[in-house]
Amino acid sequence: MSDFSSDFWGIYVAVLTIASIAACAVLLYAMGRMRIKQASTKPAKGQASATTGHVWDEDLTELNNPLPRWWMWLFYITIVFGLVYLVLYPGLGRLPGLLGWTSASAYASERAEGDARMRPVYEKYLAMDVKAVAADPQAHAMGERLFLNNCAQCHGSDAGGSKGFPNLRDRDWLYGGEPEAIKASITNGRNGIMPAMGPALGDEGVRNVANYVRSLSGLPHDGLRAQLGKPLFMQNCAACHGADGKGNQQLGAPNLTDEIWLYGGSEPTIEETVTKGRGEAGAVTRMPAHKDLLEPGQIQLLTAYVWSLSNLKQGAQ
Amino acid sequence: MNGPAHLRTVPIEPAAEEVSLYEIRKKIYPRAVHGVFARWRWALVFATQAVYFGLPWLYWNGRQAVLFDIAARRFYIFGWVFWPQDVIYLTVLLIVAAFSLFLFTALAGRLWCGYACPQTVYTELFLWIERKIEGDRLARIRLDAAPLSLEKFAIKALKHTAWCTVALWTGYTFVGYFTPIRDLGVRAITWQLGAWESFWIVFYGFATYGNAGWMREQVCKYMCPYARFQSVMFDRDTLVITYDRNRGEPRGSRSKSANARAQGLGDCVDCNICVQVCPTGIDIREGLQYECIGCAACIDGCDQVMDKMGYPRGLIRYTTENALAQGLDARGIRRRVFRPRTLVYGVILLALIAAAAGSLASKNPLKVDILRDRGALAREAAPGLIENVYRVQLMNTDEKPRQFSIAATGLPGIVIAGVEQPVAVDAASTKLVTLRLQVPIEAQAAREALQPGSHAIEFVVEAVGDNKVVRHEKSSFLIPR
Repeated sequence: MSDFSSDFWGIYVAVLTIASIAACAVLLYAMGRMRIKQASTKPAKGQASATTGHVWDEDLTELNNPLPRWWMWLFYITIVFGLVYLVLYPGLGRLPGLLGWTSASAYASERAEGDARMRPVYEKYLAMDVKAVAADPQAHAMGERLFLNNCAQCHGSDAGGSKGFPNLRDRDWLYGGEPEAIKASITNGRNGIMPAMGPALGDEGVRNVANYVRSLSGLPHDGLRAQLGKPLFMQNCAACHGADGKGNQQLGAPNLTDEIWLYGGSEPTIEETVTKGRGEAGAVTRMPAHKDLLEPGQIQLLTAYVWSLSNLKQGAQ
Repeated sequence: MNGPAHLRTVPIEPAAEEVSLYEIRKKIYPRAVHGVFARWRWALVFATQAVYFGLPWLYWNGRQAVLFDIAARRFYIFGWVFWPQDVIYLTVLLIVAAFSLFLFTALAGRLWCGYACPQTVYTELFLWIERKIEGDRLARIRLDAAPLSLEKFAIKALKHTAWCTVALWTGYTFVGYFTPIRDLGVRAITWQLGAWESFWIVFYGFATYGNAGWMREQVCKYMCPYARFQSVMFDRDTLVITYDRNRGEPRGSRSKSANARAQGLGDCVDCNICVQVCPTGIDIREGLQYECIGCAACIDGCDQVMDKMGYPRGLIRYTTENALAQGLDARGIRRRVFRPRTLVYGVILLALIAAAAGSLASKNPLKVDILRDRGALAREAAPGLIENVYRVQLMNTDEKPRQFSIAATGLPGIVIAGVEQPVAVDAASTKLVTLRLQVPIEAQAAREALQPGSHAIEFVVEAVGDNKVVRHEKSSFLIPR
């Protein structure tokens, strides 16, 4: 009703409604009292019904096929039903109705009912250690369902991730793979940013650093460029990725010495990453916080599920 | 309104009278009738009610043979388990029912209404109870006319108790199709029925009691849509219950010994038996009327009188408009059964039944849905190895657990990863499997065949140890640029 700025329309609707119902009642009553002349109670030969005796244009007659009287009472019942409904439920202009029913409150109460049903389940799992929850088959099934509904859009139905979205099954963690770290990632989200190093390094410097980075995980590289890139790496990259290139889970800086690549390990891709950075200028690198979207119990189940993927056999399959 | 109407009374309409726009119902007291068609009607009452009341009590493989489990969305009918995905069978069933109605109506009028419709069947049952308790037509008329006495009250109370018992048993049986009827019985006895179960038992019971006890012919006359549109399926060769006007008129009473011909009378003795037995209260001698439900009670009634009079039977009989007009005999009527209308209905009906039977006989207990991940289209699992992720929903509609193997074809070197084969699925349940397809694109041959973009592939899901249970599902594999 917020579309209407004045009370006028509520009253207008209410008056129309009441007037229509009253008109129906009057019409019904009048028709019930009405008597008409009927030519004969028995239909004439060759005629399906008795006529009212009205004849137009020489041979057009009006047949009388009366409704049964009980049918008329059904019409009265609809009027009574309509009035009772309007008293109990919202419908008469802006009157809320005696029951105070609204679709929003109906939704809220159904929601509360569902929450009440799930609360003992969630409380049971919240009281358990995450690793114990992970071993529970029912919790695993619930966690999988939650994952498919909330996480799979980015991380994939198999939690294998994709370009820019970490694989959650490979035991390689940007922010740590202990249950507490996983829970923190889900609850508060993460925002990993790699600054653009292109301006600082120049094209040649970027290529040298890229070759050095590839050499860390034993990928094919240009040895001379890697040697030239090493000091540049120490100056520009080691602060986050570490002098040994093993990354820093406090910052979410990836380990560069394994063969796992968030954005791809080919030389052009690494050069692009170094030059332009990641997560600046609006690119999506943010893992959203779920504390307002999910119940604590749901986050507990998800944490256990994600943890199980790289730690338990049933998840690893 | 009344005053001026009087003044306008036209003298050439001597029968004119004032009537309401609404008709006050005249209660009908159908008289008991015996004969060939009454026996047929009772046979169908027994047959339909044996099925209706008996079916939910049958067992099959340790479960209720016919059960529509709406909460679990499983519909058990003997050996079959229907899932919501099988709704096409319900569609076919409804079309078969419609075409059967068309065919039988074209052949012999309102056969359904007269013999098999629940409204007729339950009215027949309730009338029987009424007759046993209150007596036949005349006794009932007298009882209703009598002032209320202790005896009348006792008789009426007994009748309504009997009606309510049958009605509630009907409602109980109805709910027994949707929730296991034996448990339902135990809960009913121990007063532990759920709210909805109680509601439906009482509601269905009330509908039976109201329709068969009180509404009766009013349902057929005013509420039933079939009653109104069945007449469009009639033609001049449709068998309808007809009074043979040529033979019967002029009607009149006469003594059995009198020579009716000499008195100038037809065969109709005007005994009104045909009107008294009619459950819709019409006079069949006025011709075919929309109220006529085709129950043939008037045929039985008239034949009894004809027998007593020593006249040939069939003054009221099943015959066709053409037969009356052209004087066709039974052979002539039978020859006209085969006409384009009935042949078309018959062929369509048979084709539908054959198609449904064939489809049911070869019903595949395995259903497969495949959803490719769309959030992340593709990924490079290892250098030169492209990976797509799929959710595979395996539905084992059978009542025994099965194991399934999943394979994929359509691209060189395509393999399945991330799923332990074979996949076990419990009886009559589903399993969601997440799996990955991998295609190597490093090899020279592969690179030429595999342009970036979408490629058609096919999943083959096969039951272990039963290669007849197999599904081929089309899907696609994306190779990124």
